[in-house]
Amino acid sequence: MLLQLFLSFLQIGLFSIGGGYAAIPLIQSQTVDVHGWLTASQFMDLATIAEMTPGPIAVNGATFVGLKIAGLPGAVTATFGCILPSLIIVSLLAYIYRRYSALPMLQSVLASLRPAVVALIAAAGLNMLLQVAFGERQLIALENAQWAGIALFAAAFLALRKWKANPILTMVLCGAGGLALGLLGLF
Amino acid sequence: MEQSKGKRLLKLFLSMLYISAFTFGGGFVIVTFMKRKFVDELHWLDEREMLDMTALAQSSPGAIAVNAAILVGWKVGGFAGMVCAVLGTIIPPMVILSVISLFYQLFATNRYVALVLRGMSCGVAAVILDVSVSLGKNVLKTKQWVHWAVMAAAFVATFFFRVNVVYIILCAAAVGVVLALQGRKGGA
Repeated sequence: MLLQLFLSFLQIGLFSIGGGYAAIPLIQSQTVDVHGWLTASQFMDLATIAEMTPGPIAVNGATFVGLKIAGLPGAVTATFGCILPSLIIVSLLAYIYRRYSALPMLQSVLASLRPAVVALIAAAGLNMLLQVAFGERQLIALENAQWAGIALFAAAFLALRKWKANPILTMVLCGAGGLALGLLGLF
Repeated sequence: MEQSKGKRLLKLFLSMLYISAFTFGGGFVIVTFMKRKFVDELHWLDEREMLDMTALAQSSPGAIAVNAAILVGWKVGGFAGMVCAVLGTIIPPMVILSVISLFYQLFATNRYVALVLRGMSCGVAAVILDVSVSLGKNVLKTKQWVHWAVMAAAFVATFFFRVNVVYIILCAAAVGVVLALQGRKGGA
């Protein structure tokens, strides 16, 4: 059982390239379709919780499924399975990066990758902003604007840019602000 | 400034533990928090290294957060650093998820939890965009129009056309290869 769990999450770790949203369908196919460890509705619960709690979706999924079918050893085994491919492949890349990043060819490739990464980060942030400002990307229109969310965002952005506020403190305060505004019926 | 190695490893572990416990949302969220911590605050990495590591983490299999932790860990403290960074990254989600999965019905339907999470996502958006603005400014400062074009094209591709990130990374890498070959031909 533990071995199967390990191998399943090994596959999930190995084939999910590009982060959490690539991992979800893989987790579903392994845990629901192939092994029947979770029912479809349990999987929905998992996806919801994974989204609401910190941490990578694959690690959350491994913990959830591992706990469910084999307790704590299961959680540890599944999590280790899902990070093992990363440990090997990324460590190798780290070595290559350290050894060869001075090569002109690699320098040039990395120099071109950096602006692309900046764009990817910016797009992720903007998508998130649209989500909090309008609820959904499709709903962009003035009448759907959620002013409380926009105000929280604006206050946080200002604090970060102007006063270099601590990002985690800012985020926690936004959470408190959301709760307060919500209780006042504004959010 | 020289810290003993043990102290540095402990600091690395605790930093990752702290960042990982609070970063909701995808891999780019944790990468922005790591940038603020390791580049701006502790000066263990420079901004270019952090961006390189982000690109590598994004294009390797597995969770971006774990991949980024592996890269930063190796750089900061070798093998032991890698182990510390990875443990710091995975312990908080494992603990939090284990606790929450015990009573997830309550958690998932609780109105107050939902409000706090929605409020926090406003803050997360602000953190990511704050870091993006700083990074974007630095790209513009390089005065390399090819890099400006790569940034603009990558943004349009991902934001408007939802192109798979892997292709974007590959295209940007191809641009780098072409530039290097051209530089060689030109005798530069």
